[in-house]
Amino acid sequence: MDKHRKLSFSEFYVKYGTLFIFIVIFVIAAILNNRFLTVNNITNILRQNTVYAILAFGATFVIILGHINVSYGTVAALAGCVAAMVARNTGSMTLAVLAAVAVGLTAGVINGFFVTKFQVPAFIVTLAMQSMAQGFVFLFTNAKPITGLPDTFKIAGQGTIGFIPVPVIIMILFFGFSWVLLNKTKYGRYVYAVGGNINAAQVSGIRTKNIVRLAFIFDGILTGIAGVILMSRINSGYPSAGEGYEFDAITAVVVGGTSLSGGIGTMTGTFVGALIVGIINNILNLMNVNTYWQYAVRGFIILIAVVADILSKGINKRNN
Amino acid sequence: MEENGKVLEMRNICKSFPGVKALQNVSLTVYEGRVHALVGENGAGKSTLMKILSGVYEVDAGEIVFKGKSLKHQDIKEIMDLGIAMIHQELSPLENMTIAENLFLGKEPSLKIGCFVDFKAMHKNARRMLEDMGLSYDPARKMRSLSIADMQLIEITKAIHRGASLIIMDEPTSAITSNEIKTLFEHIRKLKEQGTAIVYISHKFDEIFEIADDVTVLRDGQYICSGEIKDYTEADLIARMVGRKIDNYYPKEQAKIGETVLKVKNLNRNGAFRDISFEVKKGEIVGIFGLVGAGRTEVLRAIFGLDEFDSGEIELCGQKIKKLTTDYMIRQGVAMVSEDRRTYGIIPRRSVEENITLTFLKKFMNGVFTSRKKENAVVKEMIQELLIKTPDEDALIQNLSGGNQQKVVLAKWLLGDLKVLMLDEPTRGIDVGAKSEIYRIISQLAGKGVSVIMVSSELPEILGMSDRIIVMHEKTIVGELNVTTATQEGIMTMATGGRYYG
Ligand SMILES: Nc1ncnc2c1ncn2[C@@H]1O[C@H](COP(=O)(O)OP(=O)(O)OP(=O)(O)O)[C@@H](O)[C@H]1O
Ligand SMILES: [Mg+2]
Repeated sequence: MDKHRKLSFSEFYVKYGTLFIFIVIFVIAAILNNRFLTVNNITNILRQNTVYAILAFGATFVIILGHINVSYGTVAALAGCVAAMVARNTGSMTLAVLAAVAVGLTAGVINGFFVTKFQVPAFIVTLAMQSMAQGFVFLFTNAKPITGLPDTFKIAGQGTIGFIPVPVIIMILFFGFSWVLLNKTKYGRYVYAVGGNINAAQVSGIRTKNIVRLAFIFDGILTGIAGVILMSRINSGYPSAGEGYEFDAITAVVVGGTSLSGGIGTMTGTFVGALIVGIINNILNLMNVNTYWQYAVRGFIILIAVVADILSKGINKRNN
Repeated sequence: MEENGKVLEMRNICKSFPGVKALQNVSLTVYEGRVHALVGENGAGKSTLMKILSGVYEVDAGEIVFKGKSLKHQDIKEIMDLGIAMIHQELSPLENMTIAENLFLGKEPSLKIGCFVDFKAMHKNARRMLEDMGLSYDPARKMRSLSIADMQLIEITKAIHRGASLIIMDEPTSAITSNEIKTLFEHIRKLKEQGTAIVYISHKFDEIFEIADDVTVLRDGQYICSGEIKDYTEADLIARMVGRKIDNYYPKEQAKIGETVLKVKNLNRNGAFRDISFEVKKGEIVGIFGLVGAGRTEVLRAIFGLDEFDSGEIELCGQKIKKLTTDYMIRQGVAMVSEDRRTYGIIPRRSVEENITLTFLKKFMNGVFTSRKKENAVVKEMIQELLIKTPDEDALIQNLSGGNQQKVVLAKWLLGDLKVLMLDEPTRGIDVGAKSEIYRIISQLAGKGVSVIMVSSELPEILGMSDRIIVMHEKTIVGELNVTTATQEGIMTMATGGRYYG
């Protein structure tokens, strides 16, 4: 049969839509403001991007599985503050990072446990987690910033190697790892299968609960790492620093073409999605748009992205 | 055929999907009060033609005239209001709805004050409709709790009572058995008397010859021929459908039958089945026959670890299984192909390749990484061997025709080293040619020493393929027959609760 088949519009949209949107937004941003296309600003975008990009990599697994996590902001803050405390008391950055990862991992284990064991909707489980982590981080810090940190604490968020910011390098490493995990391993294939049809996956011999649990655990570990970078950027443990990050992370994933109904999505899409979110945030700042308006605009964008996803499915069905 | 009384005329219909010419210049004429059978192999384009008619797909080229009015760009709802109803092949009832809500979907009786649904009237009418079909469900029951056969019956009930002047039935009997089919045919005859036209798609020839007046044959998206059914024999139709002759329809070879592999002892599950005991030997094909609701599927599900059971035990190769889970059974070499392809068979939005390699992915690894190259080679071979019709191995499985999806699901299990293969209605919705292929595969597997358990509602298939036949009636086993002495009538008598010794 015909091997070189033409891409239909919907296939094109699914494959390259995100990239297309990225280019359009990039061009618009460059036209709107002449400070946008400076090396300084682009590095800045990348640096500011890292936290929710890393969160979005984990979120991609969770969302492809048909679940959701809305607890990133407070869990990252908790992990970051724990890291700051450990760094201050021990002076060891290694221990600090390990502590943050342990916090994120614990949150992931708990999320995964309640979602799989009792079939509680992930939205509810992680909403509860959001509130719990919020409580813990304020109790633990007495609602005061943790300061007086060793100089090594700054590296993860503010250091550079050559002219490349360290956080960007960390992000790219985790992107590579997540991409391989999703595309090149059995686990990744199972994630798509479980998200696409959990019953069929089960009768194909996949331990669906373990797949979901592992996704939440990986997601949690990334949250811990993101928490360290977040605090490192301000060189202190700041209990409310994570506010709103779940929103940017989920927006990045959805703008990147991952379907909230599960089974569909790519890591590269998420990466580009994170860049899109980064550019939009950046240009709104450059143009001195009022913060409250920024909230409104970002809300609008996620709505558009979800509508586009639903429409593209509709197009699929009717075939052009 | 009389020229007047033409209800529907579809002329030179063309439809392409990326990589597939699904229909090329296909024409179809349907008359008032007549049943028009639409036949062809899997992927011939039958469902596509009917989906175009019912507004699911838009046509690329061609003309549709319904009751003298040319149809263009109408959507599903508008087509429905014009008087065309369709029973879809792949059922998609809204699972959280009640039976009554589903029956009246889009046509809810309303109270005097505008937009409020009159639930009382709805339930009353729904009960009447169900009784009319000989069904005794409570209209308030959720669709979710119904078996696939029940859902099909509900869909039929819904289409029949819409007052449509043309009803499209796309494999309406794929999940139901003889008694319900009888009821369906009675209704079809009544509808005919009222002048309703029916397009009837099926792979079952006995049904076609019993109910159809006219027939149209499609092959590979092309119109082959059309005429009154009485001018054709079954062999004629098959030859035109497949374009070749099939000589050995049940290619069953006597395999060497060895020691007992699977032993089921006194299995019970409240409400599902009771006192189930049987065994299957190496290389043996055991057919399980029974009517819908006899508990066959439930028994398979329990053996496969999908449902728990209350008491009894299962032995595999002489070992009692202590903790029965699905993935344990699969690792032991036990497989099951469900009757419900959509729920338990396919990952719809993934490729044919990924669907095939899913279970035995570990065979396609380079270290910890999956190897597309290895997958590709084997999958291509599979596609050729099983004659799976697909543009290529990367096509989404949801875009394949129903029968071809079934072949993909089977292909998945052929990659493993199986001890026991449990098949629940393995040839549901599969065309003659492909059926024969699947029988050949089953027979080959048995020859290699695999024990096969085959649940089927098709007697010829049970008789043609099994070494031994187990008959179930009302949730329990009522007898075991040797295939050499069993007869269709005998099996049927047992399955309906009569006494028979074969
Ligand atoms: N949405 C779609 N996208 C791409 N290809 C499709 C789509 N729907 C159908 N096809 C292709 O069109 C062809 C005709 O399919 P169709 O479902 O009409 O076959 P069918 O005659 O109903 O077969 P079956 O007896 O198996 O149900 C097949 O090759 C199928 O793969
Ligand atoms: Mg079909």
